[in-house]
Order: sequence, then C-alpha cells, then structure tokens
Amino acid sequence: MAHKRREMLIDPLVDNNPITLQVLGICSALAVTSSLQVAFVMSVAVTLVTGFSSMFISMIRNQIPGSIRIIVQMVIIASLVILVDQMLKAYAFEISKTLSVFVGLIITNCIVMGRAEAFAMKNPPVASFIDGVGNGLGYGLILMMVGVIRELFGAGSLFGITILETVNNGGWYVPNGLLLLPPSAFFIIGLIIWAFRTWKPAQVEEREYKIQVAEAH
Amino acid sequence: MSDDLKDDAPKGAIRRFLAAPPDSVGKTIFVAVSVCLVASMIVSAAAVALRPIQEVNALKDKQINILQVAGIYDPNQDVLESFAAFEPQVLELATGTFSDQFDPATFDDRTAADDPATSVALDNDPAGIVRQGKFVTVYLLRDDAGAVDKVILPIHGYGLWSTLYGFIALEENGNDIFGLQFYQHAETPGLGAEVDNPRWKSLWNGKKLADANGELQISVTKTAPAAGADHHIDALAGATLTTVGVHNLVNFWMGESGYKPFLDNLKAGGV
Repeated sequence: MAHKRREMLIDPLVDNNPITLQVLGICSALAVTSSLQVAFVMSVAVTLVTGFSSMFISMIRNQIPGSIRIIVQMVIIASLVILVDQMLKAYAFEISKTLSVFVGLIITNCIVMGRAEAFAMKNPPVASFIDGVGNGLGYGLILMMVGVIRELFGAGSLFGITILETVNNGGWYVPNGLLLLPPSAFFIIGLIIWAFRTWKPAQVEEREYKIQVAEAH
Repeated sequence: MSDDLKDDAPKGAIRRFLAAPPDSVGKTIFVAVSVCLVASMIVSAAAVALRPIQEVNALKDKQINILQVAGIYDPNQDVLESFAAFEPQVLELATGTFSDQFDPATFDDRTAADDPATSVALDNDPAGIVRQGKFVTVYLLRDDAGAVDKVILPIHGYGLWSTLYGFIALEENGNDIFGLQFYQHAETPGLGAEVDNPRWKSLWNGKKLADANGELQISVTKTAPAAGADHHIDALAGATLTTVGVHNLVNFWMGESGYKPFLDNLKAGGV
C-alpha cells in the first residue's frame, strides 16, 4: 500500500500530469505565471485545495446523491478556496494583492473538480487526499517551469530578484515583452508538452483518424 | 464532515436514514442542506475571525504608500509610529478648505464617493471614475515650525484594465511635485504595471504642475510638449493606454474639479 501511495503522489508529476497530459487548468496557468512568487503561492493554494477537497468529498462520498453531486463538490471546493483567500489576505497581504482574482478562480480550476469527480467519489479519504496533493504538485511543477521561463526572460528576474539587468533599469538585457503576456504561456506549455511526449512516447495519443492510401486506377 | 454524519449519530432512526439510498428525495435535501450549513459556518467563522487582521493589513499597506510617496518611509520603523508625522484632514474639494463635518480618522473616501449624499456623478469624466466624492482625506506633513512642508493628495482614475488608486505628494508651494505612487491597480505586469517601477516614479520628482501663468501643463506623453521638460513625464513604453489614463487622471485631479481650489488656498498660505 505504501508503495502504491508513493506512486499516487509521484505519478501526476510527469506520467499523468494534469496540465501536460490531461490538459486541465490551463487558464490559470496562463494567468499567474508571469511572476514566480505568484505562481508559487498559487501552486501551494491549489495543492491544498485539491488535497483537502478530495479528502472531504471522499469522506461523504457514500452519502452524496448522484443527482446533486457536482453542486455538493462545488460547495466544498468553494468553501476551501474562500478559506485560502481569507488566510492569504490576513497573513500574506502583499501576495494576495497580486493574486487578487485568481485565488477565487481556483474554484473553477478543472483539476480540482476533475480529481473530486474522477477519484474522490470512488476512493477512501486518505488515498483521495494523496491523489489530490499529487495532482496539485503536478500542476505546481508546470507552473514553476513556465514561471521561471516567463519571469527570467520577460522581466529579467527570478522571485523578484534581478538576474538579468534590464535596459529599463540601466542594464543590458532587453526583456521579451511577449513573455509577460498570457499568450506566451500557451507556447511554453505547448513546448513542455512536446518535450514530455518526446521523453515519454507512451503519452502520445493515438490518432483518431487513419490516413487512407489512395488506390491507383 | 463524515464524523458529524456517522459517529455521533445515535443508533436507530438516524442510522437507518444514513443507510438509505443516497438518491431518495429526503436524503438529497438532507445532504444539500447539511453540506451548505457546515460549509457556510466554516466560511463565516473564518471571515469573522480574520477580518481584524485583514483590516490592519489593508490600512498598513495604504499608510506605507503614503509614507513612501512623502519620501519618509523607513522599513525598520513601526508604520504607525512613522505615520503619526502626518496630519490627516478631510478636504471639501469644491471650496478647497478643510471640513470638520467628518472625523479624518474614521472618514472613508471610497464609501463617501459611492454615497449620493457626499458625491457627484461626473458629466465630464476624463479620469473614468463615474462618481467623485465631494470630500477626500488628505495628509499634511508639517515642518518643525508648524508650516506645511508637503501635502499628500489621493488620486485615482481608469488605466487599461483597472482603476489606479494612488497618491501625489506636492511641495508647500502647491506646484512642485515631490512624488507619485499607485498603491492599488491591476495593470499588465511588465507593461502598465511599470507605473510601480522606481525609476519611472522618480521621474515625477521636481516636475511642476502649472507654468508661470498658472496654466496646468503637466503631461505624461511620448514626446515632450511645447511647455517644456519641467512639465513632462516620459510615457511608459508599451503601455500607451495606462499612460493615457495616468495623464488624464493627474490632469483631472489637479484641475478645476479636483484640487485646484485647495492648491490656490495653499499658494495663498491659507493652510
């Protein structure tokens, strides 16, 4: 069992990554990755919310009526997100200012709902918690990778610490402004997906169509 | 949550109820109501318990910004202690005089700007703020002799995505800018959000609002206007709309419907 749990935690990092394989949670990955600090806090918040919401949903999974299960999941997820938001406003005010609306949007993050519906409804609480944390970490890993590229080449800094002195501040580095805009995350995530699938060809989806060979007349 | 439903329940009727299929109508209503109840209790408890800390944070953040724009922020010193150097006053914009109708310690500019009794809807609204409060809280910094050294005036207006809230610090002559700083906005990081760039902010220092004839000349544009470099702040590259917003809001607040009456009083030595 211990071995299996470890797998549940590690598996979503690369082999079953929620962003690169399941392609969930893309919208927030575009929005919060222009600075690493924000991406980091967002990763922690999503990991906590996914873990605990899966756990609580799993606890009452046998009592949740099928007809209202999505709403019940939403209520639990939304409550946890509000908790996280309130905590940030109280104890990490500066960061909550930069994250602003995106914390609230964790509610609509497909990863949280996806794990609740696909895993927590059918598995016991502890396993669901680990699965949730694992998927949160998988999401966080991609966020940090995208964040490093975007902040370093877009603003010349990492975690707000200047690495490449930009021209605006009297240095030499001309920052790539595109990287600070959300569309750049599309390109970066696309390249990461390509890299992952080259590394692990098992992730490559099969074509849904077949190339027909034309017959000579 | 399962504990509430399972362990504490006495045997008998409730047990049978829990064992009932989840899809029955009674069970559906029961689960919906109890989940909502528990969730709302947790959320409200957290909101109420954390509110005092959050309010302190928001206030502290605003005070730090006022200290920074006045150039007397010292991270090692207690914010409240440093902030005691300021004399807060509620200013009536139309007359340019201080009003004792409100207590500056409890007066909230934003609430007052939403209240029809203490605000006006703007017809000519270059700053994009829709309603303007008739009263605002300003902060005076006096020197040892008690004469006004700097005035810190709140300003706000619409940029590209968001309303920028900030402060402008003016010297005692009511014309020289000491600094300008925004404490709340949601402009594009790296482009419009460069209004927070210390290097750009430092451009404001020493600029003059009006020329020798008393005409308001301050501008935030790409090229220096005829009025000369004394009245010109270089625009932010790649942030045209934010820059236009800042230009408009500064001109609006420093103009007739903004602080003009107060600045005239200040120049006349009436403060």
